[in-house]
Formats: sequence, structure tokens, C-alpha cells
Amino acid sequence: MANIDVTHEEHSVHDHGHHDDFHDEHHGDKYQSGFITTYIFSMDHKMIAKQFLITGMFWAIIGGLMSLVFRLQLGFPESDMAWLQPILRGWIVVDPATGIGTLDPEFYYALVTMHGTILVFFVLTAGLSGTFSNLLIPLQLGARDMASPFLNMLSYWFFFLAGLVMFASLFLSTGPFSGGWTAYPPLSALPQASSGSGAGMTLWTVSLVLFVVSVLLGGINYITTVLNLRTKGMNMWRMPLTIWAFFVTAILGLLSFPVLASAFFLIMFDRGLGTSFYLSEIFVGGQALDQVGGSPILYQHLFWFLGHPEVYIIILPAMGLVSEVLAVHCRKPIFGYRAMVYSILAIGFLSFIVWAHHMFMSGVNPFISNFFVIFTLIIAVPSAVKVFNWITTMWGGNIRFNAASLFAIGFVSMFISGGLTGIFLGNSAIDIQLHDTYFVVAHFHIVMGIAAFFGMFAGVYHWYPKMFGRFMNDTLGKIHFWITFAGAYLIFWPMHYLGMAGVPRRYYSFTTFDAFAHFEAMNQFITVAAIVVFGAQLLLVVNFFYSMFFGREQKTRNPYGATTLEWTTPIHAGHGNWPGAIPHIHRWAYDYGKDGKEFIPQTTPLAEGEKDEGH
Amino acid sequence: MNWALDEKNYKIHPQKFALYSAFASIIMMFVALTSAYIVRQSAGNWLEFPLPNLFYSSTVVILLSSITLHASFINFKKRNTSMYRTFLVATYVLGLAFLVLQYLGWQAMTDMGVNFTLNPSGDFIYVISGIHAAHILGGIGAMTVALVHAFSLPHVPSPGRILRFELTAHYWHFVGLVWLYLLIFFIIQQ
Repeated sequence: MANIDVTHEEHSVHDHGHHDDFHDEHHGDKYQSGFITTYIFSMDHKMIAKQFLITGMFWAIIGGLMSLVFRLQLGFPESDMAWLQPILRGWIVVDPATGIGTLDPEFYYALVTMHGTILVFFVLTAGLSGTFSNLLIPLQLGARDMASPFLNMLSYWFFFLAGLVMFASLFLSTGPFSGGWTAYPPLSALPQASSGSGAGMTLWTVSLVLFVVSVLLGGINYITTVLNLRTKGMNMWRMPLTIWAFFVTAILGLLSFPVLASAFFLIMFDRGLGTSFYLSEIFVGGQALDQVGGSPILYQHLFWFLGHPEVYIIILPAMGLVSEVLAVHCRKPIFGYRAMVYSILAIGFLSFIVWAHHMFMSGVNPFISNFFVIFTLIIAVPSAVKVFNWITTMWGGNIRFNAASLFAIGFVSMFISGGLTGIFLGNSAIDIQLHDTYFVVAHFHIVMGIAAFFGMFAGVYHWYPKMFGRFMNDTLGKIHFWITFAGAYLIFWPMHYLGMAGVPRRYYSFTTFDAFAHFEAMNQFITVAAIVVFGAQLLLVVNFFYSMFFGREQKTRNPYGATTLEWTTPIHAGHGNWPGAIPHIHRWAYDYGKDGKEFIPQTTPLAEGEKDEGH
Repeated sequence: MNWALDEKNYKIHPQKFALYSAFASIIMMFVALTSAYIVRQSAGNWLEFPLPNLFYSSTVVILLSSITLHASFINFKKRNTSMYRTFLVATYVLGLAFLVLQYLGWQAMTDMGVNFTLNPSGDFIYVISGIHAAHILGGIGAMTVALVHAFSLPHVPSPGRILRFELTAHYWHFVGLVWLYLLIFFIIQQ
């Protein structure tokens, strides 16, 4: 990779930036003097970003390991699992006669539930948008920090607390919650419904309410910072697409998470105080319950009103990161910048009016379903605009194939594959056959699981020097990419066939079903692929922590020859990001290959007669 | 205060903007709860009962408190210390009175026979007004700080203190308006 001399940029900031009386404090400000205020209760957005990332990695490993345990059960249902007993304890039931250990079915459901909850909320919401919104919003906009560094710190610590409560629930003797990550009543509303529905569900709800607080505190901060703290010259149409994506993500979170909180409040009352918002005419052990008149469908409406925007909360930041990484490493302006922005806005808007497509088979009026089908299919339009623009950005580009750009390209591939199956599932008629099968599992894992992870990986490899002043090992990164890319398809592609054959999701075992028993070999194959892919993720973990101390050092401020502001700070920037002047912006974020120059930083004033491309 | 925000002229102060964003979030929560009310009501098995009159009294009280708070704010800026403090204390008392009236309203519902867990129609009113009362309680918390400041700090309407007062006042007016919305909603849906 070319090391580009950036002294002219530094001059540019020096000559054209503005002073804001910051110089008195740039040698460690009053908020950041000791170990605790620097590394633990830090109010520096860059440190908070790292905290989100590392916590997210921790949860990704836990959630990934859980999936391996239930994949072992699905792939090798007859095998002896006694060797897992030292870790899983009572959840492995060992037959005293034969010595063969089997996974407790109740715990299988708990694993599936926890895998979903952890990955969706803790890893791909907090770990993804928490990390990169924090890192990049102030840096790319030319702000000293977030609008409220204190609320920002609280946002992380509420997330941490949420994680702590969820982690505690894993050690309950009755097990964590096991009714699915969507927590539908009555399994979630009746403590006696299953062993995980008692204390496990109580902790699950407490944890997620804390998580909602974290998302809201973060979101308020991101939105305020984007709208109020942009540096001089940085109008909205000059913002990099990363910022647009984080901005719309934060708005989606701010508007949808309170609805989830409402749903949880009602569930808490149903559980604890005997109300019947969601419960009606239920018999437990032959005994009719007092609760009459509630509606479980009501919960589904409230849940999916968050749930659908939530998948865009996960994928939009990944889209933003990929757009930026592709432009930088293809050395080309992003194709159709405005179309990209409008499609982010369109996806954000549409995400609020499609929630019932998760409920086609829940007894929703089929005529109402039609509206949701139409809006759901319309989402394909802005999504296709984005895919087209990424491909045309790459077209004819001078592409640098490094780990970051490979993951960005891999993201586009995953998003196309997973997006196409979304068109199947968005049709309420086809959904009659496909709902609750492995086709759904394959669809959402590819389009928002793997794709979002790829966006995140692209971001981690690309901005690692910004976080730690060193590079990650690119060869290891490429190996990580190829195993993950091929492996992810090997895991999820066969699941489409399982789903079309009607194999239902969330089943503990298929051995007793004649219709599905002959998929045994396919399930074994998927399990083996999953183990290999998980193993490859350890390459990333090792690379991440090794490079922190021994990686190649970043020597120049702007190693990629990028145009955006985060590369104008010192390599090890203190709290406040720029010592002295804050840079000013004179052009949009994508001047690559313009006027015979490889790139022109945003801080370079427009030449006489030159037009700003963003307008 | 936060140095990241110092020494700049904003069209709207970021902290005020952040507060307004939080309003959007709170609005969404009550929209969700009231939508759930409508959806659940249309499903049938819904007990009809009259709203206790105490809820109308509490509405008058919370609206009055917004007026006294505004009067206090004007007198704060005019450096009219005694009026500023008097109106602030009045607001505080009215705020507490609102909570007491809500509590009596819930008791009136129970006396009517509409106890908690009888039917979702009553449960919704308990829960929605209860969550609203929690937001008022948050406002009382902010107001407590304002009272302490009013009586312990010298009366200097500096930009920082005006901002702080405005943040408290805007939140207070906001939660008052939310109650007005909820009351009108309950009346229309009855």
C-alpha cells in the first residue's frame, strides 16, 4: 500500500482551520487525567468506541460458541456430548447406563434464544453502530467530541450493565430465557410457561430495558452531534456516507426502541402484577388462568414495530462503512452520492411501514397483508440502487485488494444473495410455504447477519490504525476473509434447500421425522462449515489483539490517501482530536482521481472555477 | 459544562436539541401505548367505565403549573428575585399536587370496582397514566435542582443558567402537554 505524504494536508489544516480556544487543554483535559478516566469511565468518543468494539467482540464469541453447541446437536443428534459437561454442567444429561451425554432440549431453546438476542442487540447493534458512530461521527465531521460526552459514557455503561444482567442469566439454575429472541407471549408472559420463562425472562427483560436506555442515550447524542457540531464548511451534502448512515440509524433507533420499551413494560405488568394485556384463555396443567381478554398479537405488532427498523439499524451502518471503504480503496468517487443518501433515507422511512411482514402467518387479515407486501417489495428499489452504485463504484476502479476492501466487496455479494431471498419471503403467498423454515434462517443470516459482520470487519480493518496507530496484519486478514466468505455461503446456502423442503426452524432434532431425516448429511455438512468459520474468526481476534502491540506502525497521518477528516488528526490523537485548530471543509468527501490528482482532501480549498461535486 | 460545546454560537444549543430528540423518543413510547390501547379495544371484551373526575382536576393543575413556571422564568430573566422564587415554589407545589391527584384518581378507579387486572380497559389507564407519572417525577427531580439553585446561588441570569432553566422548563411543559394528549385520547376513546 502506498504511503502518501500528507504534509500538505497538515499545512492545510494549519492555514485554513479555526481556533476555538482549545489550545489550553490539549495536554490531557480535566476529564481525562488518570487511568480510570482514560480507560474506564472515559468521556473520549474514541475510547468509548473501543469499549463498544471490544465488548461487542466478547459477546460475538459467546454468541458464536452457543451456535456451535446447537449446530452440533442439529448435525450430530446421536453423538455423545458428555465432553461438554464440564462447561455446560447440568444442561448435558448423561445417561448413567450408557454414559452417553445429550443436550437438554430446554437448554437447546435457551441457546437459540440467547444466540439471537446477543447477536442482534449486543453485537450488531451496540458493537457495530456503537463502535463506529462513536469513532467516526466526531472525527469525520470535525468535532472535538460528541454533543454530550457524559451521556455518551453513560450509553456505554448502560450497555455494559445490560450485558452483565444477561450474562448473569446464563448461570441461573433454571436457565436463561428460552422462548425465542422475539420473546412472544405467552412463553414470555407466564413465568410458569417453561423453565426459562421465570427468572431467566425477568433478567432478559431487565437487560433489554437497560439496553434500550443505552441505545437512546447514544442515539440522541449521535443525532445532535451530526446536526449541530459539524465543522465550518461541512454542510449535510458534504458529509461522508458513513455519517449519513449513522445519522439515519440513530433516528430509527430513537423512534423504534421506545416502542419496544412499551411492549416490555406491558409484559412486565402481565408477568408480575397479573394484568392481561397479552394473555387470554390459557390453560396450564389443565387449570384455566385468571387472565382473560389479552391479545398476543398485540405484542407481535409492538415488537415488530421495533423489530423491522432494527434490521436496518443493523445493516445501515454496515452500508455506510462499505461505501466509504469501497471509495477509498477503489480510488474512485462513490457512484451516485445523492442517490446513495436518498436511498438511505428511503430505506429508513420504509422500515417503519413493513413490520407486519413478520406476521403474515400470525392471523393477520390477508387483505392488510397486501399493503405490507407492497411496501416490503418497494424496499428492493433503494436497496438495488445502493447495490448498483457499489458495483459501479468498483467498475474501472484501481482497486486495492486488502482485507478491508475484500470484506466490503464480500458485503455486496452477501447483500445481493440475501436480499433476493427477501423478495420471496416478502410475498405473503409464498410465505405460507416458507415461513418458519430454514429458508427464513438462511435469508436473514445472509442479509443482515453475515452482511452486517462483513461491513463491521471492513470497518475494523480499515479504521484499525485510527484506533490504535498500528495496522492489522493484512495477510491474516485476507485468510480470514476467504475462509469466512466461502464458509458463510457453505453454511447458509444449503439451508435454502432445507427450507424449501419444509424443514422447520427451531426444532431440537429431526431424527423422528421421516420427511426430514434424509437431510442428516446436509445438516452435518452445515455444522462442520460452521465450526470452520468460527475457527477463522479467532484469526481476527488474535490479529486484533496482537496488532495492538506488535502491528506495523502507522507512520503517516493519511496512510490510505483518503479525503475525509479523520485522517487529518495526529496519529495518536488526544481528547479533542485536533491539537490547535479544527480543520475547515471546502469540498465533498469523494474527490478521488479529479483534475489529475489521486485524491483531494476535504480540507483543500476549491481552486478557482472548480465546482464542488457534492452539489 | 462541556468544553466540546464552549465558545460557539449555535442557532439552537445542542443540549436543547438533544432534549427535543428525547421528546421524540418519549412521544413514540406514548404513541405505542395508545396505539396498543386502540388495537386491544377493537378486539372486544372491553369494559366501559367513566374516567374519574380527579383526572380533569389534575389536568387543570398541571397546566397551571406550566403557567407559573413560565412566570418564574420571565422573572428570572428580569432579575426579579422574589417573584422568580415564589413562582418556582408554586410550580413545585402544583407538580406534587398533580401526582397526588393522579394517585387519588387511581384510588377512585379502584373504588369504582375497576381494580388493576380486572380488564385491559382499566389496566391501560393505570399503566399509561402511571408511566406518565414517572415522567412527571423526573421533572420534579429537575425542579428540585432548580429550587436548590434558586435559593442557594446568587440570582445571575447568565447564559448557562438561562439554558439550564430553559431545559427544565421545556421538559416540564412537554410532559404537561403529553398528559393533555393522554386525557383527550382517553375521552375520545371512551
